[in-house]
Amino acid sequence: MPPQRAPRGGYQKPKHIRKTLRRLMGYLTRNPLPLILVLVCLLISVGTNLEGTYMLRDIINNFVWSGCTDVAGLGRSILRLVGVYLIGALAAYLQAAVMVRLAQRGANRLRRDLFDALQDLPLSYFDQHTHGELMSRFTNDADNVQMALEQSVVSMLSSALMFVGLVAQMLRLNWRLFSVTLLVLILTAAMFKLIGGKSRRSYQEQQAALGALNGNIQEMIEGLRVVKAFTHEDQATADFAALNETYREAARRAGFYSGIIGPVSHNLMNVSYALTACLGGVLSVLQGFDLGGLVVYLNYSRQVGQPLNQVSQQMTAVLSALAGAERIFAVMDTPPEADAGKVTLAAVRQTPTGLVELEQGDRSSRQWAWKVPGADGASRLVPLRGDVRFENVDFAYVPGKRILKGISLYATPGQKIAFVGSTGAGKTTITNLINRFYEIESGRITYDGIDVRDIAKDDLRTSLGMVLQDTHLFTGTVMDNIRYGRLDATDEECIQAAKTANAHSFIRRLPQGYQTMVTGDGANLSQGQRQLLAIARCAVADPPVMILDEATSSIDTRTEKHIEAGMDALMEGRTVFVIAHRLSTVRNSNCIVVLEHGQIEEKGDHDALLANKGRYYHLYTGQFQLD
Amino acid sequence: MLNMIRQHLKGYGRQAATGPVFMALEVVCEMIMPLLMAAIVDNAIPRGDTTYIFLMGAAMTALALLSMFCGIMGAKLGIGASQGFGANLRLALFEKIQTFSFADIDKFSSASLITRTTNDVNNMTMMLTMGLRIMVRAPVMLLVALVIAVALNSTLALVLVVIIPLMVVIIAGIMKVGIRLFGQVQKRVDAVNEVLQENLVAIRVVKAFVRQDFEKKKFQRSNDELTDAFLKVGVRIVSLMPIMTVCMNAATAAVLFFGGRMVMGGRFDLGSLQAFIGYIAQILMSVMMVSMSLLQLSRAQASARRIQEVLDAQPDIQDPAAPAALPAARGEVEFRDVSFKYSASHTGDDVLSHIDLHIPAGQFTAIIGGTGVGKSSLVNLIPRFYDATGGAVLLDGVDVRDYPTRELRERIGMVLQNNVLFSATIRENLLWGKADATEEELVQAAKDAQAYSFIMSLPQGFDTPLDQGGVNLSGGQKQRLCIARAMLKKPAVLILDDSTSAVDSATEAAIRESFYKNLKDTTVIIIAQRISSVRYADEIIILEDDHIAGRGTHEELLAGNAIYQEIYQSQQEGVGE
Repeated sequence: MPPQRAPRGGYQKPKHIRKTLRRLMGYLTRNPLPLILVLVCLLISVGTNLEGTYMLRDIINNFVWSGCTDVAGLGRSILRLVGVYLIGALAAYLQAAVMVRLAQRGANRLRRDLFDALQDLPLSYFDQHTHGELMSRFTNDADNVQMALEQSVVSMLSSALMFVGLVAQMLRLNWRLFSVTLLVLILTAAMFKLIGGKSRRSYQEQQAALGALNGNIQEMIEGLRVVKAFTHEDQATADFAALNETYREAARRAGFYSGIIGPVSHNLMNVSYALTACLGGVLSVLQGFDLGGLVVYLNYSRQVGQPLNQVSQQMTAVLSALAGAERIFAVMDTPPEADAGKVTLAAVRQTPTGLVELEQGDRSSRQWAWKVPGADGASRLVPLRGDVRFENVDFAYVPGKRILKGISLYATPGQKIAFVGSTGAGKTTITNLINRFYEIESGRITYDGIDVRDIAKDDLRTSLGMVLQDTHLFTGTVMDNIRYGRLDATDEECIQAAKTANAHSFIRRLPQGYQTMVTGDGANLSQGQRQLLAIARCAVADPPVMILDEATSSIDTRTEKHIEAGMDALMEGRTVFVIAHRLSTVRNSNCIVVLEHGQIEEKGDHDALLANKGRYYHLYTGQFQLD
Repeated sequence: MLNMIRQHLKGYGRQAATGPVFMALEVVCEMIMPLLMAAIVDNAIPRGDTTYIFLMGAAMTALALLSMFCGIMGAKLGIGASQGFGANLRLALFEKIQTFSFADIDKFSSASLITRTTNDVNNMTMMLTMGLRIMVRAPVMLLVALVIAVALNSTLALVLVVIIPLMVVIIAGIMKVGIRLFGQVQKRVDAVNEVLQENLVAIRVVKAFVRQDFEKKKFQRSNDELTDAFLKVGVRIVSLMPIMTVCMNAATAAVLFFGGRMVMGGRFDLGSLQAFIGYIAQILMSVMMVSMSLLQLSRAQASARRIQEVLDAQPDIQDPAAPAALPAARGEVEFRDVSFKYSASHTGDDVLSHIDLHIPAGQFTAIIGGTGVGKSSLVNLIPRFYDATGGAVLLDGVDVRDYPTRELRERIGMVLQNNVLFSATIRENLLWGKADATEEELVQAAKDAQAYSFIMSLPQGFDTPLDQGGVNLSGGQKQRLCIARAMLKKPAVLILDDSTSAVDSATEAAIRESFYKNLKDTTVIIIAQRISSVRYADEIIILEDDHIAGRGTHEELLAGNAIYQEIYQSQQEGVGE
């Protein structure tokens, strides 16, 4: 079902109407032919409509009112009339059918481009915009655009044509009568402007009140348990009642203005009808204005208000669609993730003469190399070893609010680096810099001696495996979810990965085993099971470097044991950066980095740090000191 | 639905009653005008009677103006009634939801309660706003036009006998197909939204695995399917208007032919014929309008049903009819053979079975155990967020079900697992604990919860506004504010349900310290996962699969409880030999 529309007269104003309109038209069609067809059909349907009414004049003058009794002639005339109407209806159908296709295809392209653009945006964009906001680009804005393309554009065009046609016909029939109609039309236009303006303003007030009201409802219902824990029900209800009353008044005002536009314009047309009927009758008596003409004129004058009404109605839809389109284009125009990296990842094999690049899709070797293009166009191969270094790295999510300061550290191939520190110390942030989820402010991060900014992002990330604490799964089977790690993995490889990750046994016990559907981000699995699947997903990708965010307290001891075993298996023989919550991980690390307030407070291996009696000592043994 | 509308129009009944009268008057005024026009054509023009024409003209203008007045009044009263109805309904829902117990919230889910209070109420209000006008106008128009048409020429009106059933059949046919196909569209819309939602939530995973292209293809597949569904319904729906136009035009042509023949034969007047044609068009229009608004009505029906469900729900927990004499608040908690299961759960297994537990006033008690063993359920029974399904929970010797709920909860401070702060300043949030707290009390509570220093480091201190429940704070900071809020209440029993998980060990220890110092007489019950959080408790209770599997001090349990040893081992692995 179509979504609710903003009431008439209320819309957010688009800023660059012309530019947005032109770009939107590009989505409708790049081929002028269907548009010409639509236009021709429109002309035909408007023309037949005018002509059909006009034919009444002769029918009345020549047959009905002439005193002649040529019934066969009347029949023929009416058959002609029916013919004209049929052509009109056919043209109207053709036009609508073409338009539906154009509009739907256009909306399809718009959604595709929007989604594609979204996929390429940097993560910082997703941090700054809520999911709801981005969803509404699709659900509200794209829908509004689709409806406007499908209905409003044509409706406005046909209203304009109709209006022009009606005015021309009326002028042709009797200019004296038309002067009366014109007067009422001017009055109607003035009324639209007056009430429309009031309606827009009051609608904005209504929206503001609605925002406040809905915000309160959301918060109070989501926090209902807290409301009850603090017996705050009466206060909450009183606050709500006040907002509810404010909204009611605002909605009543806005509804009044948008509600009277219809009756007022409609009845102004009735006034025009009354005046022209009266004057027409007089003209017919005094000047011999033919009765057929009068009947036709009155018919026209009853219709002439409709296009105005239509335009004012559709204007809201069109403008709100344009505002939506503008927001959509703003997303599309946001610069995508910067990626100037030229260094790519290549599968290689060691031969006596050195590294040799493998054919595409050849996975006979597990060896990888960086293909570094030289100035002369040739490229050299640098073996991928997993040596990662931070050199004096500074970072801020928001310019000026520095999160990491002067971070220097290194991991040689096969080493395990553990990050420890309190919440908000910057542990996750550091790992997000290695794979360039975010760009550093100053300093340098190198990977096998190559600045990560010189490596093509996709290749960089392919070489890094990630297991995040907030596990996210996709709708599909368990097998699909594991295969997400490497799309060309066979079923056997996926099962092997699940075994490595210690996930095989629970998967087997699921109702459909590996074919069990995962829905709603894995809502049908436990937190621990989701984590195990995420580990399996990473295992099948088999990356040389891993970034792990270990599970914390929300998992019970037994599941945690399973996960630990999986994680440990995954860490074997790789360079690993781990945000460590387990003492065993920390202890076995080659280097423990203690972070506090975005700085490295101390680093070294377990024994060295314990001997140091610094922050690390307190973090993990502080409990013994508190007595 | 009508019943619901009637009930919630309280205070706006006058508007709801008079609005439709004006709307109906507007239609009647409009419908008389063509008759006057017919009089001009039939009576005045042939006789050249200009006075008569002016008279009729003036009457028509007056009718148009009267009709406009009625239209404005109708709109004014109608919107007043429908928005008043909306406000009443929303308030009724909100008040009802405030009486819900936790079990009721579980049953409906917060998200669904929010949708019902916002979207569904708005749907009903919109339906009433637009429906009122159409539902009054269309039938009145149909009736008046039908009466006049039959009065003008009953033979000619026979055309309607053919055309109306034809139209109804065509509309019903297209609508039926349309509704079915719209159902499919809705499913595809959901599918597209699902891909979208997943991608937004899991964007880090997508990027980490370099699956942008994969996801783009996936999206395009559901996008194409959606477009196909849209097109299928679109090409059918767009045929509706042209077909209707043809029907109306055919009716007009038929009337013109048969009526024209009558006029030729002198059996009918031209003016009346013209008016008749107008009435036919209006009759057919109103038939269309009625059928369209029936469709609207069926959508509002679904909303009405969802709202009624909430309004009809019997709150799970109600105040006792005759409250017991209330003892002085000391904070002694007792579970007597308590069993509990969630009514919303599917398995029907007991979460807690036959729990016997006595916590003396002023004791510091810790509860530990794996996920899903009923730790939260246990403490939720004390403030009667849920009712035990068997046995009794007593506070200071009185069954919690014999307390007025308000009185009971005043005595208990609770920091829930899912902390919620509200969009207000830190001060306003803390004052939830005690509305009339002095500045000193506020500062003391903040200090006790180890929140004071970070609050003061914020630019506006206690007056810092929290956006969207504190997105600008870290998890640990939010937890500390929630603890401060509960401490400010100075309750007899303070319960912390896993609410220090994001606070580091040192800070947690400091908070514990302040419990000892400042809440000496308060019974403190904490649920935690970390041994370090529970080891200093006066008593540690181990929950395992719905029952108590051990209780004692840290040393006692470490010496003699296998489960506790296992938990301890897993958390101490690798620390000091």
